[in-house]
Amino acid sequence: MKYETIIIGGGLSGLLSGIALARAGRKVAIISAGQSALHFSSGSFELIDSEDNPLAAIAQMPSTHPYQTIGLDAVKRYAEAVPALFAEAGVEVSGSVEKNHYRITPIGMAKSAWLTLGDYATLDNATTLPWRKVAIVNFDGYLDFYPKFLDNFFAKRGVDTVHHTLTLAEFEHLRESATEMRATNIARIMTGDLLSKIATELRGRIGDAEVVFMPAVFGMFDAEAVSALRSQVRVPLYFIPTMPASVPGVRTQIQLKNYFQKLGGVYLLGDNVCGGEIRDNKLISVRTANHGDMEFHADNFILASGSFFSHGLIASQEHIYEPIFGLDIVADQARSEWYNQDLYAHQPYMGYGVVTDERLRCRLAGKTVENLYAAGSVLANQNPIAEGTGGGVAITTALFVADQIINA
Amino acid sequence: MSYQKSNISSNNFEQCIKCTICTVYCPVTAVNPEYPGPKQAGPDGERYRLKKPLFYDEALKYCLNCKRCEVACPSNVKIGDIIQLARIKHSKLRPGLRERILANTDFMGTLASTFAPVVNTTVKLKPVKKLMDWTLKIDSHRTFPKYASQRFTTWFKRHAEKSQAALPNQVTYFHGCYANYNYPQLGKDLVKILNAVGYGVQLMEKERCCGVAKISNNLIKQATRDAKRNLEEIRHSVAQQREVIATSTTCTFTIRDEYHHILGLENGDVREQVNLATRFLYRLVDEGKIKLAFRDDFRMKAAYHTPCHMEKLGWSIYSTSLMRMIPGLELLMLDSLCCGIAGTYGFKRENYKYSQAIGAPLFKQIADFGVDVVACDCETCKWQIEMSTGVKVENPISILAQALDVERTKALNNIK
Ligand SMILES: Cc1cc2nc3c(=O)[nH]c(=O)nc-3n(C[C@H](O)[C@H](O)[C@H](O)COP(=O)(O)OP(=O)(O)OC[C@H]3O[C@@H](n4cnc5c(N)ncnc54)[C@H](O)[C@@H]3O)c2cc1C
Ligand code: SF4
Ligand code: SF4
Repeated sequence: MKYETIIIGGGLSGLLSGIALARAGRKVAIISAGQSALHFSSGSFELIDSEDNPLAAIAQMPSTHPYQTIGLDAVKRYAEAVPALFAEAGVEVSGSVEKNHYRITPIGMAKSAWLTLGDYATLDNATTLPWRKVAIVNFDGYLDFYPKFLDNFFAKRGVDTVHHTLTLAEFEHLRESATEMRATNIARIMTGDLLSKIATELRGRIGDAEVVFMPAVFGMFDAEAVSALRSQVRVPLYFIPTMPASVPGVRTQIQLKNYFQKLGGVYLLGDNVCGGEIRDNKLISVRTANHGDMEFHADNFILASGSFFSHGLIASQEHIYEPIFGLDIVADQARSEWYNQDLYAHQPYMGYGVVTDERLRCRLAGKTVENLYAAGSVLANQNPIAEGTGGGVAITTALFVADQIINA
Repeated sequence: MSYQKSNISSNNFEQCIKCTICTVYCPVTAVNPEYPGPKQAGPDGERYRLKKPLFYDEALKYCLNCKRCEVACPSNVKIGDIIQLARIKHSKLRPGLRERILANTDFMGTLASTFAPVVNTTVKLKPVKKLMDWTLKIDSHRTFPKYASQRFTTWFKRHAEKSQAALPNQVTYFHGCYANYNYPQLGKDLVKILNAVGYGVQLMEKERCCGVAKISNNLIKQATRDAKRNLEEIRHSVAQQREVIATSTTCTFTIRDEYHHILGLENGDVREQVNLATRFLYRLVDEGKIKLAFRDDFRMKAAYHTPCHMEKLGWSIYSTSLMRMIPGLELLMLDSLCCGIAGTYGFKRENYKYSQAIGAPLFKQIADFGVDVVACDCETCKWQIEMSTGVKVENPISILAQALDVERTKALNNIK
């Protein structure tokens, strides 16, 4: 098998670089071991957690950070291009590079974000809200949504709340097993008549509430359920993220994947890249579990295999390594250095990942592999949680490496 | 410290992070509220079953063994295998006459093809269908696959066998029950293509059913017996430098993976020599070892359907890449969705309704596409899609054979 570019990993990074390359007319294949971190995404993407101008905050980051590697101009350029690119794929987002907005978290906090899916409310600031009275609506028996926390959130900001619980016969079988009453299972039955029924209930109950909040359990395979429900309720309807798996996250993954395929990209799911042949500092081909001795050849490769969560990095009892090629990584030697006993303290392992040159090309035994680029959470020297940079790094580095290949 | 190694199970069940991603992609969960879903039936349930077998839930019988959960799992948990093994180990449901009839595809095939005209008309008759529904609980809505009056093996012996040895290269064809009893044309099509590119076709001395239907109907002893026999044949063929190829994704998948994972048989020595016909051909083309020439007057609009076991194998690119070589073929891709039949599953009365509900989104897309033909490498998908949409389904090998310019292909490959 021969492609111009092969991408290892089909999450946010792999898909965006794939889309950028396919848009430029390149022959691209993505090989992905399983579903990605997008399935767990809140539905907001973070560039950097900052009160002020995000780009100014990025300029202050350490010189080893992936943002600094690709440069402030590149971060700005790629970040600005994203909403339009998402829109092409049918993913509706709001937000801007100039200023973060706030989103409401499941535990009733205001958290800053760069881009937020159309499902959710976005707030200009963390302290004042544009409403006087809101309705919070849950489903009987659904435990992965916490109205009490939201009550708190609104009360602190001087907003009245009313609560409603909908009891629906359609949920009967889901209620039989508490562990199966999950957002994704609920989303499956949220179609057609049931949506109308819910809309009727809402219309009868919301009274003078100016806006309705519900758990994000609508529209898993496309956004149809969201717009259908919204069109039947007279006040704005917003969703609150639930416990993962995330329904809007699953949908985003599917929409991006469909768009990539529509552009002619090949997406191979459920296969594991297990090694490759590197000759004269170039990656010639990769091997996968499904394809055995039918190797995949390409001019360029992108490693977008994620961090520990997606097995892009592995921690054994003794050491940490990049499992496909054994690439050079940043990681402390001793296990005791990997983590901090205090969960909320700085966690060194979060910054581990592969090392690259200034064009994000990987290194093996101290030498640059000239046609192997890395993008996303597999990159070293970032801390998605502490910095609030997860989505931003994934997106901007993905578009950066795609351009390295296109302009080479 | 090596304890981490020794606490990892062969099915990775302890790697489960309880994310429910598998459940998102399970076709049964979508339609059948009685099915607990892959997470619960698989790794979650396994924790309990390991403690006490009485936690086994007979609702696991609803699992199609489609493995779509495994394809989606971010943690590489072998969910489908866990479920199948639990069924084999714990199920108290004993296979009845219906299970034996449906599972013994080769025995039934032998009988039925001998009396093909009679069987084909009788199973079409309303009263017979009703009778089967009452007595055997085989759903009366189901259209039975037709049996051919001349088996593929009979045709092969009479019309093809003699000329094979003269060709420069040789392969063994595992035809499976379907090509033999129901649709010999598929086997003939493969022989036509292979012969044109210089490959002679050999059959096994005594090919048995791959066993997939016996595995899913819990007839494990019989399945193991057949599997052992097939493995002997495969080893024999490999020893003669002949790769074994099949036209059915399910036969291929069962021999390569289920023999080891489910039946516990050692097949690692020959696994790589068991191949799907389209992958075998694609490789030869890719490596420049053969050339294909297609007819100028061939025109077709087809949509490719990815059978579940093809999705698991990850090999649909071989079939589609081969078909894309045909100039007169317009090929669309259907979303990779289960058609609902899952071998013998959809034949059972209690499953019929779910089977059709699972397939509904796929049937709708097929109707929307407005194609002449659906291309698909699985025979049971063919029955299901033809019955449910009325659109003809062809194996990619048959499409290639129809489009092939035999004379020019022979000339390109220096075959007289
Ligand atoms: C649980 C969780 C929730 C998060 N939520 C948010 C959020 O709400 N907002 C935000 O901005 N960021 C969030 N993040 C940060 C997240 O890491 C990034 O936003 C981004 O999604 C990372 O994308 P990626 O493509 O780099 O990696 P991933 O999404 O991890 O994708 C890597 C892919 O590579 C595949 N892969 C790995 N190894 C192989 C191999 N050998 N062969 C083939 N394929 C392989 C994996 O199967 C996986 O599909 C979250 C992260 C996690 C883990
Ligand atoms: S997808 Fe895999 S890890 Fe997630 S719940 Fe299912 S088996 Fe567990
Ligand atoms: S094998 Fe198929 S039917 Fe069975 S649990 Fe997995 S996805 Fe569901």
